[in-house]
Parts: sequence; C-alpha cells; structure tokens
Amino acid sequence: MKVWLPRDAAARALGADDVAGTLLTQARARGIDLTLIRNGSRGMIWLEPLLEIETPEGRIGFGPVTPADVAAILDTPEAHPKALGLVEALPWMARQTRLTFARCGVIDPLSLADYEAHGGLSGLRRALEMDAAGIVAEVTESGLRGRGGAGFPTGIKWDTVRKAQADRKYIVCNADEGDSGTFADRMIMEGDPFTLIEGMIIAGLGVGATKGFVYLRSEYPDAIEVMNAAVTIARDAGLLGASVLGTGPAFDMEIRVGAGAYVCGEETSLLNSLEGKRGVVRAKPPLPALQGFMGQPTVVNNVISLATVPVIFEKGAGFYRDFGLGRSRGTIPLQIAGNVQKGGLFETAFGLTLGEIVDDIAGGTRTGRPVKAVQVGGPLGAYFPRSKLDTPFGYEEFDGQGGLIGHAGVVVFDESADMLGMARFAFEFCAVESCGKCTPCRIGAVRGVETVDRIARGDADAIPLLTDLCETMKDGSLCALGGFTPYPVMSALTHFPDDFATTRKAAE
Amino acid sequence: MPDIHSRRPSPEEVRSRTREILAAHAHLEGPLLPILHAMQESFGFVPQDCVQPIAEGLNIGRAEVHGVITFYHDFREAPAGRHVVKICRAEACQAQGGNALADDTLARLGLEWHGTTANGAVTIEPVYCLGLCACGPAAMVDGKVMGRVDAARMDAILAEAGA
Repeated sequence: MKVWLPRDAAARALGADDVAGTLLTQARARGIDLTLIRNGSRGMIWLEPLLEIETPEGRIGFGPVTPADVAAILDTPEAHPKALGLVEALPWMARQTRLTFARCGVIDPLSLADYEAHGGLSGLRRALEMDAAGIVAEVTESGLRGRGGAGFPTGIKWDTVRKAQADRKYIVCNADEGDSGTFADRMIMEGDPFTLIEGMIIAGLGVGATKGFVYLRSEYPDAIEVMNAAVTIARDAGLLGASVLGTGPAFDMEIRVGAGAYVCGEETSLLNSLEGKRGVVRAKPPLPALQGFMGQPTVVNNVISLATVPVIFEKGAGFYRDFGLGRSRGTIPLQIAGNVQKGGLFETAFGLTLGEIVDDIAGGTRTGRPVKAVQVGGPLGAYFPRSKLDTPFGYEEFDGQGGLIGHAGVVVFDESADMLGMARFAFEFCAVESCGKCTPCRIGAVRGVETVDRIARGDADAIPLLTDLCETMKDGSLCALGGFTPYPVMSALTHFPDDFATTRKAAE
Repeated sequence: MPDIHSRRPSPEEVRSRTREILAAHAHLEGPLLPILHAMQESFGFVPQDCVQPIAEGLNIGRAEVHGVITFYHDFREAPAGRHVVKICRAEACQAQGGNALADDTLARLGLEWHGTTANGAVTIEPVYCLGLCACGPAAMVDGKVMGRVDAARMDAILAEAGA
C-alpha cells in the first residue's frame, strides 16, 4: 500500500508526524506492507494533515486526519467519514492552473527520480542547448516578473547581469519570506526543492554565474532541512558541481540561514547580511545586478520567480505568457490566510477579483462573521474594504487602487478587527524591524505609534499629523519598509474612518 | 536540552570552541552569520568572549562583530530559558485570535516579551511570521512548529515545559 502524508511545516504544525507514527504502527499490526512518502503540501491547509492513498483510479484523500482516524482508514477507506475522493478532482485542485506548483504535494520532495518523472530537469536540458542570450530572451519573452513583490521584469534583470563584465557573478535567491500571510516560498522549498535548484542553475547559465546562494529565513527550520538535503542530493547526482549534468559549465550553491531580521527580505539588506554584515539597506544605485554580493554582478530573485523558470523552459515562454491579465503574465500562487474557511495555496492565472478569492475560493471567514478588511501583500500592503473587492488580481490593477500584490498573500479579517489597532501595529512592526539607516523609517515608525495612540485617546488633531508623517515616510525612506508602512496605515485610516472616529467619541 | 545551555561556559571553553568554528567556516564567502549561528548552537547564546577571537580570525574590528550580533533578533547575548516559546504576532495570526493568545500567555506567566519565568523553564518571544498563516495562531516551541494554538494547547505546552 502506497500512501502520502505531507512533511510540510503546516501539516506538521497540525500533527502530521503523530499521524505518520500511528500509520506505521497500525500498518505493521495489520501486516500491511506500507510505503509512506512524506510529500509536500497540496496547499489545502484546512485539510491538513491530508493523507493520500494510491488506488487504480488515482490518489484518494482523507483529511484532516488525526491518529485516532488511522485504524479505520486502513480498514475501510471508502467508508470513512473523512474520505474526500480523488484529490485531483477536489474543486480547490481542479480550479487551479498549477505550473510552478505542479509537482508540489505530488512527488517525494527528495527523490530526484520522482522529480524527473514529473517533468523535472527537462527545462534545464533545453536551456543547456541554448546560449546565454537565448536563455535570457526566453525569460524576457515569458513576461515573468519578480514574484517577491516589486514585480520587476525578471528577463531585464538577468540581461543586465549577463552583459556585466566580471570574473565572478552570483545568483542569490531571496528566501527571506517574512511577509505575514505568505508561505509559497516555504511550501515550494519543502515540497519541490529541486525546482528551485533547477531554476537557479538556469539563471546561472543565462547570466554566466557559477555560484548561487539561497538566503533562507531561520523561522523556516523545515525548509532549511529539506533544501540542504536537496542540495547534497543534487551535488551527488552531478546536477550541481564542476559541470552541470556533465556537459554544462560549473554551478554550485549554498543554503544560508538568516537571523530573524525582516528587513533582510529587502535585496540590498539581504546582500549585506549574506556578506556577514549588519542587514542595513544600501542606497541604489549601484544596482545589485552590477554590484551585488561582494561587489560583483548578482541576480537577486525571489524563490517563486526562480522556481517558475524550469516550467517556462519545459513548456516554452509562449505557453507561460498566454496566462494572465494585462502586463501580469503567467500564474500567481495566491496564499489565502487569516480568518478564512479554506486557507492555503491556490495557483491561478492573474485576473481573478479579490472578492472571488475571498468569498468563493476561501469560502468567507472561518468565524462566519462578515469580512471587514483584506490585507494583500504582507505587512506593507494596503487594507482593502469590502467595496474594493472587485479589484482584479494584477500588479497594475492593485497599484491603481492604492495597494500592492506583493508576494500575493491575502489575509482576511472579520468585523471584529480593530483597524486603528492594525495601523498602530504596522508602525510598531516597522519600529522593531527598521534597519536604522534612514531617518524617516527609524524615527517615523516610533512617532507613528505615538501619533496613533494620540488618535486613540481622542485627539483629532493628530489625524492630519499622521497623514503628514506617512507622506514623509513614503517619499523619504530608503527602502520599502519605511516607504510602504504608510500603505496599511493610510488605507486603514481612509477606508475605516469609523475605527478612528469611534475611539475619539468614546474618549470624549 | 544539553547541560551546556544551563550554565555559563568558561572563557577558555569559548575560545577553544571559537577556534574550531572559525576553522570549520574558513572557506565560506561572508562567513560571519554562519559562525554566529554555530556559536549559538554550541552555547545557547553568543558569549562575549568569542567577539575578540572572531574579529581576529576574520580580520575585522570587534565593533563590527558586536554590531552584527546586536543587529539580528536571533542572536542572544545571554542564555534563554530551558525552553523557548515563540508566539507569532503577525497580521494573519492576529486575524485568527493571535493577540488574545499572546496577551493571555504573557499575563498568565507575568512576563513581558523576551521574559523568562523565574524558574528558568520558559522564555517567551515574539516572532513575526512562521509561514503558518492559514492555520494560526501559530507558535514555535524549541524549534518545533505548531498551528491553531488555542488557550488549552498553550496551557499544555507551558505545563510540559515546566513553566
């Protein structure tokens, strides 16, 4: 009997390891020859731990499974109340366009053979037959934009590095996924690590880099473990090393662990941290593409950007580009989180409205109370009120509504949310995490907390002051931490004035 | 937890371990963060006595080493309690009752963030996102992740940790 149970951190956080232990003992007691594969998560977090059993018709799912369910599932699977039927046929799965996450949850994350059997390495093999300019052109052609948040065209960044003259160039993967509401990087690293490695190798071939780093946050111990194991396997298999797959140039990589600084998700701060320095932001220019790690030309890309490269080479740039909306091409792995019925990862072409995502896909709030606000794009993203939920999911579309899609995290709040409290938290977070280099962020965040507290005490004069402070931070900060903290603050103030006014009245 | 975490190491112990760690990381480009992680792994914190030998080993100033240690939230300059409980404070967990969980836990133990119980059993720390945003409130206990942590689950965690 072949079964799958995720080793994904969310599944483990919900008890997957206990279920795995019970599975092994119960199977032994029944004389069942059990093959247990610890896969990645399919992304249906509300069903985790999700157990899958192989049948002639396909993999059938059970979830959320507890150790107490295991015996009955093994005895009479089809009759079990937690039986879900064919996993691929579940509406959540069937409605998606899984390109980047095609293998996540399907394969054994640390089996290179399984990876290849599901299309892995075919993109790399194609890239190995192309020249550097051709590789970069393919990425440009696909319309891929940076999935870390900024949305910068990946091909243009690669071309800058390709054309730079230097003895050494680097590929740096930004896996410092610190934005609340986002977990796509974590899921792909835990569920399909070779796709990231393959993407980094292709990037290396495209720009002439022979060394890669994954800067992975310390809050992700499971991802660190899987990525380190995957790099060792890839090296032993000749995928990494002196000659990629025995025919290509050299490429090797290292996993580096962050140390709990949110600001290191900003690329220049990340580079400083990787060099062993304080993670303070660097002024741009020079661009990291020209003077990045150790002053050398460096591609800094988000995990999802790099992990999407293999499928672009496997299926062709045109195939990828044909999905999407406007200038947002391809697919985006939405991460649906917070107070929702069905939370998790949902990869789809750009263009769904926020309302479809929240009401239809996520099924509204878990508490059953009305949705009050939706924060998209992490702690620096705007809070959208119900009236703006018709905004289509795309870079320009969100920008036009005073928001940003960021890393595509969608956090839902019900009516119990206190938006003044959320605005205060945005400043508090900025104060804790500011690198301290520029004044608007370092001082502004602290003054912001104080100003929100004045408003909370009923001081209406503090409202224009808050607006003014946000202007200063937005225009004067060196990076997105200070520069974008005004997004959650101003959107809370603008769209939820009652939360700021009610407290004033209460105080009067 | 190993015995080494419950007492302060001698300066000689720190120096000899620092030499080993420096040697093990000598080949890396930008080795300081891996070195500091290894120090903390060895002692449960980054002892002051390692600053000088690291500075010498990497040919940088002591102030620079100190600056790096103090910049990052992860590095401790003193040992933590025997167990470290991190509670997520980020927005997605707040949307699922994270604030109440954090406030109740701190109030119950009579601690502020980063505080350690009088018996040295538990240190409570904030964390800003564990990537468990669809199954919050989330926590991490001695490096192990936990989702949908409610008051009862937190009680069990604290009881097991001896708080």
